[in-house]
Amino acid sequence: MAAALELDAVDKTFATGVQALAGASFAVQSREFVALLGPSGCGKSTVLRLVAGLDAPSRGAVRVAEASLSYVFQEPTLMPWADVFDNVWLPLRIGGLSRAEARARVATRLDAVGLTGFEHAFPAELSGGMKMRASIARALVTQPSLLLMDEPFGALDEITRGRLNDDLLSWWQANQLTVLFVTHSVLEAVYLSQRVLVMSARPGCVAAEIVIDAPYPRSPAWRTSVHYAQNARAVSEALEAASVDQVR
Amino acid sequence: MSIAARLRDYGLPLAAFVGVIALWEAVVRVNGIAQYILPAPSRVLSTLIENFGSLATAWWFTIKITFGALLLAAVGGVLLAAAFALSRTVERALFPFAIVLQVTPIVAIAPLILIYVDSTTAALLICAWIVAFFPILSNTVIGLRAADPNLRDLFHLYRATPWQRLRLLLVPSALPYFIAGLKISGGLALIGAVVAEFTAGAAGRETGLASRILEASFRTEIPKMYAALVLVSLTGVAIFLVFNVLSRWLLGRWHATERRDLE
Repeated sequence: MAAALELDAVDKTFATGVQALAGASFAVQSREFVALLGPSGCGKSTVLRLVAGLDAPSRGAVRVAEASLSYVFQEPTLMPWADVFDNVWLPLRIGGLSRAEARARVATRLDAVGLTGFEHAFPAELSGGMKMRASIARALVTQPSLLLMDEPFGALDEITRGRLNDDLLSWWQANQLTVLFVTHSVLEAVYLSQRVLVMSARPGCVAAEIVIDAPYPRSPAWRTSVHYAQNARAVSEALEAASVDQVR
Repeated sequence: MSIAARLRDYGLPLAAFVGVIALWEAVVRVNGIAQYILPAPSRVLSTLIENFGSLATAWWFTIKITFGALLLAAVGGVLLAAAFALSRTVERALFPFAIVLQVTPIVAIAPLILIYVDSTTAALLICAWIVAFFPILSNTVIGLRAADPNLRDLFHLYRATPWQRLRLLLVPSALPYFIAGLKISGGLALIGAVVAEFTAGAAGRETGLASRILEASFRTEIPKMYAALVLVSLTGVAIFLVFNVLSRWLLGRWHATERRDLE
C-alpha cells in the first residue's frame, strides 16, 4: 500500500502568532479510513487545510499522492441562492461541464445520498441532515480519491448522525476512497475508522495512534459490543493523556 | 395566503390610510378651514385633475431625473465597488472622496454644480446622482466581501477562474446587499432630484414638480402645492413598491429577509 498523504514534522504558526501545530507527523495509506481526534483548538482543521493546500506549513513537509481531493466542511457550506442540483453541479460546472453534460452524474450522486426528488429544493428548505447529504454529494460528484472531512456531523442530532455514519461507510467502500475524518467525538472516531490518530492540545501533534481492528461492514449492533467499548476506552485514555500532557 | 393574513397585510394599512384622509376631510369641512390654509383632500384631488396637463409634464421630468440618476448611481456604485473589492489600494485612495460627497449636504453643493454645468437637466442629474450613489457603493462593497469563507475555499480547491468566482460566488453573495442599497438609493434619488430643483429654481418647460410647487407657493395656490406634493409622494411610494417586488423576485426563495414562511 502506498501512502496517500503524509505529514513530516509539520509546524504551523499563523500570522497572529498562534502556533497551531508543532512537529505533526503521520501518514495515511491509500483507501484507508483514518479519524483525527482531539480537543477543540488542537489544530485538527489546520491539518485538513494543509492537506488540501488551502494553507502552507511554516516548517516540515506535506505530501499528497492522491490525484484529486474533496473537502467537506463543518457547515454544509451550500450556496443559499442555488438549488440542490446547482449546488452539486458546482464542481463540475467550474470544471467546464454544462448542465446537460453534468445531469447524469449529479443525479447518480443525489440518488446515492438519498436526495432524489429534492433537486429543486433550496438549502433553506432542507433539514440539517439533508443539507449535509447535499454537501457530501457535491464532494463526491468529482469522483475524488481523497475525502477530507472536518467534523461534518458535529451539528446534527444523534439519530441523523448515526444514519450518516453508516451511509458514509458504505460510500467509502463503494467509491474506493481514502478518508481523513476530523472529529471530537471518541465514539464516532471508533465506529468509523480503521485507525484513530489522537492529537494533543495546541500546539497540536499526533500523540497516539490506536488501530481499531473490527471488520466492515460495522453494524449498529457492534456499537453495543464489548469490543467496541474496549476500543472506545483505549481511545478515551489516549485522549486524556494527550490533554494532560499539555496542561503540565 | 389566508383571508385573515390578507386582511392583516393589506386591509389594515389601507383602512388606516383611508381613515386619516377621511378625518382630514372632516376636520376641514366641520371647522370651515379656508382652502388657502389647508385644502381638503377632495379639493386637492380636483385641483390635481384640473391641472393635470401641466403637472404631468413636470411629473414626467422629475421621474426622468430620478430614474436617470438612480441608473447612473447603480452603474457607478457597482463599478466603483468592484474596483474597491479588487484593490484595497484603490479603496483607500478613493473612499474619502465618496464620503466627502456623501456627508456634504446636496443643497450646499447644488449652486456650484448649477454654475459649472451649462445644462440644468445635467446639473439636476448630477445632484441626484451624488445623493443616490453612496448607499449602493457602500452596500455593494460590503456584499462583495461577504461571501462565505468556506465557499471561497471551495472555489479555490476546484481551481475556479476569477471570472467564475465573480459570477458564481461574489455576485450572488453581494446581491442582497446591493438590493438593500438600491431600496435606499431609490428614495434618495427622488429627494435629490426635488431638492436640487428647488435650489435651481428653474422655470420653463423642462422643469419638474419642485418648480410647480415653488410657482404655486409664489401665487399662494395652496391646493396646487398639495397636488404636486401628492405626485412626489406617489412617485416615492411607487419606487418603494417596485424595489420591494424586485427584491422578492430576486431573493424570494433563498434569502432570510424575503422568506415569508419563517415569520
